[in-house]
Amino acid sequence: MGLLQIGASILTALLIGALTSAARRAAAVRTRFTQTARTYLLLVFSILAVYWFQPLVPLRSFDFWLPSLTLALVVLTWFITSSGGDRSSSWRAPQNLIALLLIAGLPALIDLSRYFLPEPLFTAAPPPRFILFLFFVIVLAIAIPLISWLSGRFRWVLSAAIVFLIIVLIILKTPALSLQTSVFLRTLMSRSSENASFTDLRWLGFSYIAFRLIHVLRDKQANRLPELSLAEFGTYVVFFPSLAAGPIDRAERFAQDLRKEFALTQDETLLAGQRIAIGLFKKFVIADTLALIALNDLLATQVRTAGWMWVIVYAYTFQIYFDFSGYTDIALGIARLAGINLPENFAAPYLKPNLAQFWNSWHMTLTQWVRNYFFNPFNRWMRGAKSIPAWGMLLIGQVATMALIGLWHGITLNFVLWGIWHGLGLFVQNRWSDFVRTRYPDLQQNRRLQTVLQIGSILVTFHFVALGWVFFALSEPVLSWQVFLKLFNLL
Amino acid sequence: MDPSKPRIHLFTILLKATILFALCNFAFPFLEGIPFGKFSLYNSIFPGRERLPYGEVRESYSLSLFDIDAMFASHIIAGTEKTPGEYRVLLIGDSSVWGTLLQPEETLAGQLNVKAVEACGKTVHAYNLGYPTLSLLKELMLLDHALQYQPDMLIWLTTLESFPKERQLTSPLVANNAARVRELIERHDLSADPNDPELVDPSKWDQTFVGQRRAVADLLRLQLYGTLWASTGIDQVYPEDYVRAQIDLEPDDEFHGLTLADRTSLQDALAFDVLAAGMSAASVPTLLVNEPILISNGLNSDIRYNFFYPRWAYDEYRQLLLERSLEHGWNYFDFWDLAPMQEFTNSGVHLTPQGEAMLTDKIAEAIQTTCK
Repeated sequence: MGLLQIGASILTALLIGALTSAARRAAAVRTRFTQTARTYLLLVFSILAVYWFQPLVPLRSFDFWLPSLTLALVVLTWFITSSGGDRSSSWRAPQNLIALLLIAGLPALIDLSRYFLPEPLFTAAPPPRFILFLFFVIVLAIAIPLISWLSGRFRWVLSAAIVFLIIVLIILKTPALSLQTSVFLRTLMSRSSENASFTDLRWLGFSYIAFRLIHVLRDKQANRLPELSLAEFGTYVVFFPSLAAGPIDRAERFAQDLRKEFALTQDETLLAGQRIAIGLFKKFVIADTLALIALNDLLATQVRTAGWMWVIVYAYTFQIYFDFSGYTDIALGIARLAGINLPENFAAPYLKPNLAQFWNSWHMTLTQWVRNYFFNPFNRWMRGAKSIPAWGMLLIGQVATMALIGLWHGITLNFVLWGIWHGLGLFVQNRWSDFVRTRYPDLQQNRRLQTVLQIGSILVTFHFVALGWVFFALSEPVLSWQVFLKLFNLL
Repeated sequence: MDPSKPRIHLFTILLKATILFALCNFAFPFLEGIPFGKFSLYNSIFPGRERLPYGEVRESYSLSLFDIDAMFASHIIAGTEKTPGEYRVLLIGDSSVWGTLLQPEETLAGQLNVKAVEACGKTVHAYNLGYPTLSLLKELMLLDHALQYQPDMLIWLTTLESFPKERQLTSPLVANNAARVRELIERHDLSADPNDPELVDPSKWDQTFVGQRRAVADLLRLQLYGTLWASTGIDQVYPEDYVRAQIDLEPDDEFHGLTLADRTSLQDALAFDVLAAGMSAASVPTLLVNEPILISNGLNSDIRYNFFYPRWAYDEYRQLLLERSLEHGWNYFDFWDLAPMQEFTNSGVHLTPQGEAMLTDKIAEAIQTTCK
């Protein structure tokens, strides 16, 4: 998100917050009505944001089709996860029909705008011909009820939906597969595949959208999912402040915020404004400045001495933190203006004395997601297989979980190595903690020693994480290896 | 909110912030006298740069800015104490002196320093004060500023393309240093128009902090790039491949609107007054060098020497330069045909390291001759 989009998001959230407050103050308007109206407003602006935030892609009209597919996935997932048992959860319920109308109608308007606007307003390039969009809607109108009907009869439809999302995620995150998909699509559109690139399929926020949808599908399978209206569900998945960079909220928590009474007070505005200001400063002043000198492929080969290489690695370490946590601050601040308290994603991660605590304070919502939907079920499965010793289960569990987190960022060897680095680190730290606890039980009595150990642990953890970024920041293991050698004066 | 805490009013905060920002913004022009550019992390935290900062892309770890104080403060000359054994030579010129596509040690200054030339019983230490863009007035401005660094000798390398009067104010460095340029025009009684619209006169708003944000950002960015200069020693992009200087030329004998028929008018079109001002600016020996150019043997090379110069104009320029030098008693060296065609890189005036080595030998000789 650029400054223009952030500015527009702030104004939109402020407008929604102010309108809700004004409506609530008017005695004639019932609270329930104002909350429902707020949800619709949030949905409308979120739909528009899905199109507006989508960057231009070289494939013709894909800056329209990718957001449209996002909305199609939202509707499809809602249909197959909504029980439809009571009247309010049926798609025929008035509030769901309104939401359906908005989800289909707004993209239709965006598409139709090509006929009456000289320049596209919500898409980077002119949208496709309306007939194509109409065809797309008709296909969905047939497919979605059909899949929904199937899901009512066969439980495997939910699993198939999860697998489908994972496959799309794998394609988007694997450079070679992305490239092949781009070549395929270009051939389909009778265009030259010579210029195809793995970056052609930049689907805005799909990593986050997919994880939100998978969470909903898994919770549906486990009968944990509360009933959500289509407007609530749609707003949850494509909520505009958290669309591009998270955090990954939970549907039931998000819905609670939508349903609670909300009025944008002066104090709330101030706190939200503070958060946004801090985020803007972190992202656009600190992170963007550090980005000029942060580790990258070019610098990995150019830096001449160990000392300067450490400086470049430190710069990357802080740049990635201030960039990501800055965006999160902005998202949380904007959401707060609209009455949504998104979950925290960072809690001073570089000041944590061990790796486990680091991961409990770095990209927290992703860590919790992976813990809930991978680590815990995987560990339960391993416990069932009694042949694996406890330490082995821990090792496999930690490494596999962290490798998965690495793969979520991109399916490359370097991201896998970054994940393994952290997985092994967590395992070693766990064993070390157990060893110290059993061998030196009196250690905690000595407060001075405790302080020294605490500071030492923070420094060790920080440097372990910083060295891990050497894998994350670079594209090739050989480059990372060169940087390691240089860092320790071995090159 | 905690009721014990004083209540904060959003409107008051916004009002105070706006007033404070407006005050700071409009007070900024009053700080004009403070030479912010002289405060530099170079030559203390970071080693000084071996040439003046210039660059248009991020990967060069350098940038073009208009603050001459900041440019010199980042240069190694600003942080080098002159020792009794040092014979300080300052090299002034265009991109060929600055060293486009050359590593710092491959430039003329770099090679002279490696050579450790002896002159007047001291060791020559050359400083690269060349700067890309072609304008004698730009070079006079830098030369004038460089005099504070105690030179023992100045070497001014020029080429015809820097001479046309119409070019003098078009260099962005000149255009954005209007006050300095006007002072030079007045001091040396130059023919350039001090009210030329090319000279950028900042409006009142441009002098505020908001108006100066680009300059402030550039200054900070220059300091930040010190990290990358210190860690890599890189201050320009070195592409693996580039387009070589043109050999086959257009059948065109025009030079800045003049043709062979206007041969006699050429001297009026050239800024010899700026050259004369620079040559007399210092109280130390100043060498004037006509730098090597590419002499093409390709298509239409009977009409033009290279992309820049038709033969008639360049020959006439050399003749004029010789006459002026004799007239004023300048130490003039003409190395125009020193380097063969293959020793030029992406332009008719940019030399390869080998070409620079040839020039270095000649310049070293010239330094020693003049010193005696």
